[in-house]
Amino acid sequence: MLVLIGILIIIAGFVLRFNPLLVIMASALATGLAAGLDIAAIVAAFGKAFNDTRYVSIIWIVLPVIGLLEAYGLQQHARTLIGRMKGATLGRLLTGYLLLRQAMAAVGLTSVAGHAQTVRPLVAPMAEAAAEAVNPALTDEQREEIKAQSAATDNIGLFFGEDIFLAIGSILLMKGVLEGYGYQIEPLHFSLWAIPTAIAAFLIHGLRLRRLDRRMAANKGAAA
Amino acid sequence: MITLGFVYVLAGLTFALFALLGAMDRSNPKRFGNAAFWGLLALSMLGGDYLGDFGNGLLVLALVAIAGTGQIGRAPSGDIPADVQAERAAKHGPFLLFVALIIPAAALAGTFLFKWLPGLADPKQATLISLALGVLIALAVGMARLKPPLLLPAQQGRRLLDSVGWAAILPQMLASLGAVFALAGVGEVVGDLIGTAIPQGSLFGAVLAFGLGMALFTMVMGNAFAAFPVMLAAVGMPLLIKQYGGDPAVVAAIGMLAGFCGTLMTPMAANFNLVPAALLELKNPYGVIKAQIGTALPLLAVNIVFIWIFAF
Repeated sequence: MLVLIGILIIIAGFVLRFNPLLVIMASALATGLAAGLDIAAIVAAFGKAFNDTRYVSIIWIVLPVIGLLEAYGLQQHARTLIGRMKGATLGRLLTGYLLLRQAMAAVGLTSVAGHAQTVRPLVAPMAEAAAEAVNPALTDEQREEIKAQSAATDNIGLFFGEDIFLAIGSILLMKGVLEGYGYQIEPLHFSLWAIPTAIAAFLIHGLRLRRLDRRMAANKGAAA
Repeated sequence: MITLGFVYVLAGLTFALFALLGAMDRSNPKRFGNAAFWGLLALSMLGGDYLGDFGNGLLVLALVAIAGTGQIGRAPSGDIPADVQAERAAKHGPFLLFVALIIPAAALAGTFLFKWLPGLADPKQATLISLALGVLIALAVGMARLKPPLLLPAQQGRRLLDSVGWAAILPQMLASLGAVFALAGVGEVVGDLIGTAIPQGSLFGAVLAFGLGMALFTMVMGNAFAAFPVMLAAVGMPLLIKQYGGDPAVVAAIGMLAGFCGTLMTPMAANFNLVPAALLELKNPYGVIKAQIGTALPLLAVNIVFIWIFAF
């Protein structure tokens, strides 16, 4: 029971808005001590895991390219492009991106798009421009919501597309865990059962994007 | 053969350059904090395999100390004026879009290419390696045509990373915390607790506990992968599959997706929820989570109903 102290520290730390890195370290130390490890062993275990998961942080190598392109006006160009497309509303644009992201993830192409590669340089400015075309007097709150919804759409497309792909980590994990209980299940079965939820995710989020469209257009300039 | 090691070297050199440029940026009052932070990350990328477990642990402690005492900041100015950007966009627009699309296109092409032609690159890491190659190609093409000052990409990239700040390593830190949790057996304890909290004799109650448990435990751990084995052992296997005869493929597949709904609602999933808020310069660090809750909750309900309908 005592090892749960780490979870309490995490929750309290996030609620009280301490620096998350400090909170994580405190949680790791408390959890390790509660489990009877000594400090040196905890530091070593954390260090090993940190080194093993470095691939998580390599995405930042795209920043020099994004920085170069943004310095030359990529975001402005993305906005201009949307301005030229007459039927491109905010909702339709993000729904199209949602579908594209789900479809790509479903064939295993999860790292092709993402927050650094596509959302910041392309999707968010396009979404903002599409909303601006309908409602030129967008408030800061509305702009903030549009950007947040662009990132949200990327996440939802990724999460509820990737499990349709046979060789994704989560499917291999499910297969491995069930094998431990003596159930031999082909990855294809997991993949197929991810499809109903993928469709539901598209419908639910698509509906919300349509409503976002109306909300951004209707209250001309008023805060949402 | 190209391996992930090549990507780590590339990332290490990039962070080292950021550290160097950061140290020279006199407009940032916390320039040495930033330089030390990105410098340590460069060391981790380049030499992590030679530092030993304890050495890597000390490196992490140093990173936490720098960030936790507020030694990281960003330069107040240096943005390229909007009218200059607009003028350049009018001139180079289509080319910029072309270069931006090189990275995803290379990731796509490389993923297939390296699987068809084994021996060129580690097939297990094909996408990450292709992504890195795409970055190099895009940079070369962009530099050749735009002819910016040599260090402009690195300077602008560093400014973007400074605006993300310490959140840049939050995902890696949380993944490491998960490893310590696993070592301490946190999962088993939580599983036991949830297992005892389920009403007896109600199939729907058990399905509900499984789905909600997946989402809640994922929110705590920031990762559905950590929640899955625990919830399956506590509820999925003994009740849903063994006692009520549910289809294990359905219970597992849709249970995992119920967990993904939890991922959408937690700051612990930093790379999906907090990092983009920093990257998009949102005022509310929880803005992305706020935008996702309206989809995550109904979808969680749908997943629970799906398990109930499809598994039995």
